[in-house]
Amino acid sequence: MDVEDGPVDTFRARVRQWLADNAPEPTVNRSPEEQLAAAKRFQAALYDAGFAGITWPVEFGGQGLTAAEQQVFNDEAADYDLPTDPFMIGMGMCGPTLVDLGTTEQKTRYLRPLLRGERIWCQLFSEPGAGSDVASLQTRAVGDGSDWVVNGQKVWTSGAQQADFGALLARTDPDVPKHQGLTMFIVDMHAPGVSVRPLRDMTGRAPFNEVYFDDVRLPADAVLGEVDGGWAAAVTMLGHERVSIGGSVRRRHDPLAYTNLAELARRTGRADDPVVRGELAELYAAERALTLFNSRLRQEADSGTPPGARGSVAKLGGAELLWRAVRVAGLIAGARTAAWDPADEAGEELAVAINATPASSIAGGTNQIQRGIIGDRVLGLPKEPQVDRDVPFRELRVGTQPRA
Amino acid sequence: MRLVLDSEQRQLRSTVRELLADHAPPTRVREVMDGGDGYDPALWRRVSAELGLAGLVVSESRGGSGAGHVERCVVLEELGRALAPVPYLASAALAVDTVLALEDATLEQRLLAGLASGERIGAVAPAGDDGDWGSATASLTAGWRDGGWVLDGHVSFVVSGDVADTVLAYATAPEGPAWFAVSGDAAGLGRTRLRTLDPTRPMARLEFASTPAHRADGADPAAVLEAVRDRAAVALTAERVGMMSRVLEMTVDYTKSRVQFGRPVGSYQAVKHGCADMYCAYQQAESVLRYAAWAADHAPAELPLAAALAQAHTGPASFRVAADAVQLHGGVGYTWEHDAHLYYKRAKTSELLLGAADQQRERLAERLGV
Ligand SMILES: Cc1cc2nc3c(=O)[nH]c(=O)nc-3n(C[C@H](O)[C@H](O)[C@H](O)COP(=O)(O)OP(=O)(O)OC[C@H]3O[C@@H](n4cnc5c(N)ncnc54)[C@H](O)[C@@H]3O)c2cc1C
Repeated sequence: MDVEDGPVDTFRARVRQWLADNAPEPTVNRSPEEQLAAAKRFQAALYDAGFAGITWPVEFGGQGLTAAEQQVFNDEAADYDLPTDPFMIGMGMCGPTLVDLGTTEQKTRYLRPLLRGERIWCQLFSEPGAGSDVASLQTRAVGDGSDWVVNGQKVWTSGAQQADFGALLARTDPDVPKHQGLTMFIVDMHAPGVSVRPLRDMTGRAPFNEVYFDDVRLPADAVLGEVDGGWAAAVTMLGHERVSIGGSVRRRHDPLAYTNLAELARRTGRADDPVVRGELAELYAAERALTLFNSRLRQEADSGTPPGARGSVAKLGGAELLWRAVRVAGLIAGARTAAWDPADEAGEELAVAINATPASSIAGGTNQIQRGIIGDRVLGLPKEPQVDRDVPFRELRVGTQPRA
Repeated sequence: MRLVLDSEQRQLRSTVRELLADHAPPTRVREVMDGGDGYDPALWRRVSAELGLAGLVVSESRGGSGAGHVERCVVLEELGRALAPVPYLASAALAVDTVLALEDATLEQRLLAGLASGERIGAVAPAGDDGDWGSATASLTAGWRDGGWVLDGHVSFVVSGDVADTVLAYATAPEGPAWFAVSGDAAGLGRTRLRTLDPTRPMARLEFASTPAHRADGADPAAVLEAVRDRAAVALTAERVGMMSRVLEMTVDYTKSRVQFGRPVGSYQAVKHGCADMYCAYQQAESVLRYAAWAADHAPAELPLAAALAQAHTGPASFRVAADAVQLHGGVGYTWEHDAHLYYKRAKTSELLLGAADQQRERLAERLGV
């Protein structure tokens, strides 16, 4: 049977037409507030047209369709630069985790506004002392009657500056080993005691933040999943994260995409150089192989095999692909990679892309961590000896800081 | 586009895997490798005559089973996994594809049913001394003599050319390149088994001295050359994916059980991450394979690009994986006794069979319109 038969083709035609009519023009030279407002308008229109939450359950605002339709949408969207960035964490990570673990009440309350772009989400996991080893985090949530009171600090929190809600991982029991005393909470980012401070990254921009919690009160129904069952919830979300990062649609004008580098080579007369041609061919092959792998994961999901830890292959592959593209870009653009005329926007964009490349190998679990996951969970190789597994958290040495 | 196997295709895979586990275990592969026959006739009969796997891309009306490239790739994967000593690539892939592409009714009539049943072993000879696909036109000429065509010259790197009953050769005829079918017992045909890097994949050099041949009429000869090369790239990719799955399995099993410094070596990150990289390469190669095989069956217009992609990407990837397998086994992986080297050698040969890496990349770049 051919997967592209029938309803999927109709769906494709609808998506294509809708995007042609509704995809917004790029919003360069606009203030961040204006850009965000435009993105929210677009997301609402996308939702109203029936293209948001394509694979999510109908009762919570999704479309209840399959990964095949999602694939079609992604294929079609690849021809545009849709302003969906602010919603990535909500749509790709927090939302799917809510679908998996939320109570009916939580799903009813949060999912629809999330899908419609009315509410933006962020992920509050990493701390100064806990990144790869996120289970060693120190932010505390202490029970007070039926409420919880949160104190601590998060860091590198993407999008917190514009977020309305966050999925917070905090320690609820320090007397048990580190994985056992965590709980996941839904936090209102506008609640008293939450403060967000922008943090500049190596591109010079500030897409992530430090987030401080000072006696922030959370109600009992803020718990997502089980009390002290936060690790399982975190693993669920991290799994969605890898699939989401690995399978994300690249921007049409991404200066590190094969198509745009090939175009650059043609424009600058570099496309006749056999070395450049060979490198471009390899870049295309690597990019295509990864796209095909992602499509295969989606088709497997449709036929009942969820990606599980194999999402790490996509995540790692995506990061490695960028490094290859950086090499090819330098080969083609030569000295213009290093310095360019102030009026040359393309020079600026390439520089930002090169400077942003390390992010992919770190955010969402480093390349080393992804290889560890593939080794342990996909291939079943023996784990490393773990010195901290059975030690109560209170007695552990964590991060680089002295314990409070 | 369909990138996952359906239940029948998965069933086919287990059938072939079981057959090969029984009849082509590593001990048997080595016996055939050390013997002089070049292949295992009994196993070939099982694969072709009994299971009917040599005619998967041949329609039922012409003696095949009318399945497709996806199915044939499933079989090739298993054969690659086991390094099974049968002339499947040469006969059921290259020769069958050539006959189909040639669209010569006489040839089809004479050859297809036999190739599909495995009674006849075919081989394809497009290369001359430098091994380039199509270069046989420089070393092999056809002339019309006494009411028939004869060939003079030589071809080389002919996979299973030592055992073929029929050789399909690409030669220079008076008005340009053309394809010819030559019987294995034709007068004036001499064969030399070449020494090969890969002891499990025989190749031969063939000499022609006024050797009678049938000239194929029908499709444009140069187009046939390209069509067969594309399908060969897909077939080789299938073998590679099978090989990668096997060496990865061997490596994971070994590093789980081999203990050094008091723990299994597979618990050390350098080793574990090496295995993870092998797995990533294997998974991406499999995705490329499923796409290329699907294109061969359902989207012929996409095949030239898909095939160039498959060859350029999985050729080097499978050699890397095979080499890493040797490395992660340590000294034992470097011994003759261990099977790792057989995959290493097969992978290198497979990478070069359709031309070196620079050619593969250029072919892809051309098809991309770079
Ligand atoms: C652009 C960006 C956006 C981010 N967004 C968010 C966000 O929205 N929310 C959030 O919670 N976090 C976010 N993060 C944080 C990110 O998840 C962490 O930076 C990441 O998990 C690594 O943790 P770390 O920085 O503490 O490095 P460390 O864990 O200290 O790692 C340091 C080095 O040691 C290596 N290492 C660590 N442990 C092991 C091990 N077991 N085996 C082998 N090597 C190891 C790492 O690979 C790395 O090279 C973001 C980070 C970036 C760069």
